[in-house]
Amino acid sequence: MNGSTVADRIAIATEPDIVAARSAARRHAEILRFSVVDTTRLITAVSEIARNTLIHGGGGSMTIVPVSRPPHAGLKIVFRDEGPGIADIAQAMRDGFSTARSLGMGLGGAQRLVSEFEITSTPGRGTTVTLIHWKRT
Amino acid sequence: MERIPILKIGHNLLVSIQVDMHDQLALNLQDDLANAIARHHARGVIIDITALDIVDSFIGRTLAAIAKVARIMDCRTVIVGMRPAVAITLVELGMTLPGIQTALDLEKGMQLLAAPAERHRAPRPAADERLHRR
Repeated sequence: MNGSTVADRIAIATEPDIVAARSAARRHAEILRFSVVDTTRLITAVSEIARNTLIHGGGGSMTIVPVSRPPHAGLKIVFRDEGPGIADIAQAMRDGFSTARSLGMGLGGAQRLVSEFEITSTPGRGTTVTLIHWKRT
Repeated sequence: MERIPILKIGHNLLVSIQVDMHDQLALNLQDDLANAIARHHARGVIIDITALDIVDSFIGRTLAAIAKVARIMDCRTVIVGMRPAVAITLVELGMTLPGIQTALDLEKGMQLLAAPAERHRAPRPAADERLHRR
């Protein structure tokens, strides 16, 4: 919790960890001076994916790393779990699809909120969701 | 267990969310409000989300569920104080909170609940009708 711009890793094992994930993302967005709307977009996406990691992935971790593509600054956030994986990613990304207690707009909604979004999953091995959000200049 | 306080003001209940809600806390609020509506014969619920810096799909769904439960208990719900960035993000996320009444601040929310329910359900004059009168 020292406000530096090095990588941060948060374990996602319980519901309060979703709040901790949001707080960590907020802290990094503030360091990079993201706009209020972009900070809100990023934290909301983090909340959706962290919940996905907990509920569907059975828990995992989130890593935040500052990234740079001059002149742009951004944050890369990676969520990893070793859960059952997602057999049909396209279906899971569609709004309205849900197998648990969500509105089914977690993944698809989160993708719309951030600059870049990638999901890879191996059934039986786990799921990795990577999102990058660039600061608008 | 952690709880969000519910205040009674006249016939209405007021909830001001001041913490970053985890999911169970939101679900507790839903149960507590339904019980409080019955206990106090409340006619309205105001939920102040001024302090919330995000509303994700889970919190949004919980707010919608609270409003639905209140409605079938003959009680109206108004969400007040949503930040502009939260509103923008909710729409981009794909949640428009249908069926939820909102007001910009607490005062306007109280006015909304003080007015007869019918007034807010009546359609407003069409825009073109107003233009013709100019």
